[in-house]
Amino acid sequence: MPKGVLVFAEVTEGKISSIAAELLGCGRGLAAEMGGDLSAVLVGSNVASLAPSAIAAGADRVFVVDDPLLVDYATDSYVSVLEKVVKQASPGVVLLGQTSIGRDLAPRLAFRLGTAATMDCVALAIDPATKRLMPTKPVYGGNARAIFTYETDPQVATVRAKVMSPMAPDASRKGEVVNVAAGLDPAAIRTKVVQKVKEELKGIKLEEAAVVISGGRGMGGPEGFKDLDELAKVLHGAVGASRPACDSAWIPDTQQVGLTGKVVTPDLYIAVAISGSSQHMAGCSGAKVIVAVNKDPEANIFKEARYGIVGDWKKVLPAFTAKVKELLAQ
Amino acid sequence: MIVCCKQVLDPEAPPATFKVDPATNKVVPPQGVPPVISPFDEQAVEAALRVKDAKGGKITVIGLGTGLLRDVVKKPISMGADDLILLEDPAFADGDGWSTAYALAMAIKKIGKFDLIFCGRQAADWDSGQVGSAIAEILGLPAVTVARKVEVLDGKARVERVAADGFDVIEVGLPALITVSNELGAARYPTIKGIMGAKRKEPIVWKPADIGVDPAQVGVAGRRTKLAKLFQPVREAKCELVTADTPEEAAVKLALKLREVKAL
Repeated sequence: MPKGVLVFAEVTEGKISSIAAELLGCGRGLAAEMGGDLSAVLVGSNVASLAPSAIAAGADRVFVVDDPLLVDYATDSYVSVLEKVVKQASPGVVLLGQTSIGRDLAPRLAFRLGTAATMDCVALAIDPATKRLMPTKPVYGGNARAIFTYETDPQVATVRAKVMSPMAPDASRKGEVVNVAAGLDPAAIRTKVVQKVKEELKGIKLEEAAVVISGGRGMGGPEGFKDLDELAKVLHGAVGASRPACDSAWIPDTQQVGLTGKVVTPDLYIAVAISGSSQHMAGCSGAKVIVAVNKDPEANIFKEARYGIVGDWKKVLPAFTAKVKELLAQ
Repeated sequence: MIVCCKQVLDPEAPPATFKVDPATNKVVPPQGVPPVISPFDEQAVEAALRVKDAKGGKITVIGLGTGLLRDVVKKPISMGADDLILLEDPAFADGDGWSTAYALAMAIKKIGKFDLIFCGRQAADWDSGQVGSAIAEILGLPAVTVARKVEVLDGKARVERVAADGFDVIEVGLPALITVSNELGAARYPTIKGIMGAKRKEPIVWKPADIGVDPAQVGVAGRRTKLAKLFQPVREAKCELVTADTPEEAAVKLALKLREVKAL
């Protein structure tokens, strides 16, 4: 039975992404329990130089597929080269991040390999008896969790950002680097990226912010988000939103926090006029402290928050921002 | 064009009504809350309707499952889709991404000619997001997932795909499969004329034999992943509500409290 773990080490802005380090951290434990080793695969153009950082993050072996045709993500090219690497490595488990790329790549790769994927996992365990993977994923918009088993190999899973812990990078770790030729036929890449449009708000990135202030349906319009910006400025935080606020175009879609948006894990999350649907909480339940301001005492957010005020945000927020400013000035 | 639509428990139902039966590993449908078309699938219908508005064409909707309520599954027709095919048989029920997609792909093969297949990015119940990719893989089609805009020009689809920091504009030849995300915008409301038309429209129902599949390949029997356990996570309900005579005073108290616990 295949025992190793293979991690798709996604590259963002010329570096191994944080989710790749998290997957390697978690993959080490899984590989040990299965009695196998841990490999990473780097795919892209000019990515070979990143192999040492994948080894430092925990990989025993790094497969490198470096080809100019892989500069932009395309389903056809990435599935094709990963199929090749998986067949060469024959792992028991293949892990990817639940990212824009991972969401697209994991199911297609799994089906190409005649197996199946479990998406958006928040826990991965190895059954001690069978040594097989048992992934846990939130379902029903976060209202429930499901644990699955696989009938086929390899067992493919995508993992939600920030639920696994990376290893402290160890530059003294030794590992093997295996170069794999992409062998791509450009004509077989059926989708073409013709333009990349950046839409993210200026300032601190949502996923990196220590404080996130989000507004929901109860903001009533785009104007209120200026008040959230004001508080974010004072706290050096970022402004997010629930899906209804994004769907109403009060704030760009890139600021959406939730199951279909971003996952944030700040020290402080302030939810303003957000009801606290399961789908929203899926994106912020990892925050250390959640604070809620909502008019409705029955709102679900009060079941999730540590501190709360039942009241109109229009009255609460300006006074809160002023007091925070005063406290931070001391 | 073909659109795949799933009937699901209403995801907007209050979380308090959500219950799992541990004996069967199934969700107990809440009383008095009717099922709906999965919202992303409604937006997939909307994406197809926008292409139809611009370029014409016919939209066939496929549903799959058991206990499909006609008023629910006919909604895409009342929005402006043309035909409805239901894969309705106990054999099709409780599949995973693969076995569900296999049945849908075989039905699409039977339909024959099409330019685009639309699916929602993920279903509101299992949130898996695999059926679109699996249909494309089975039918050997290119796919663009998580689309926020779809246009058809000169035998190609031009698709805006949602990315972490914005979106990518992708061109793909036809036929192709596209999965649609909420960024596309709200689905249109049914018109009176559409509702009247949907009343008269009888769905075509196909059984496994009609699409040439062995019941062992679809639904629960065809799964490649098995559900081991379904459970509700335990919540720590311990919210400390800050109260005062006025909202402004409460705000000041909250700021002081957060400072005290070093959250500020």
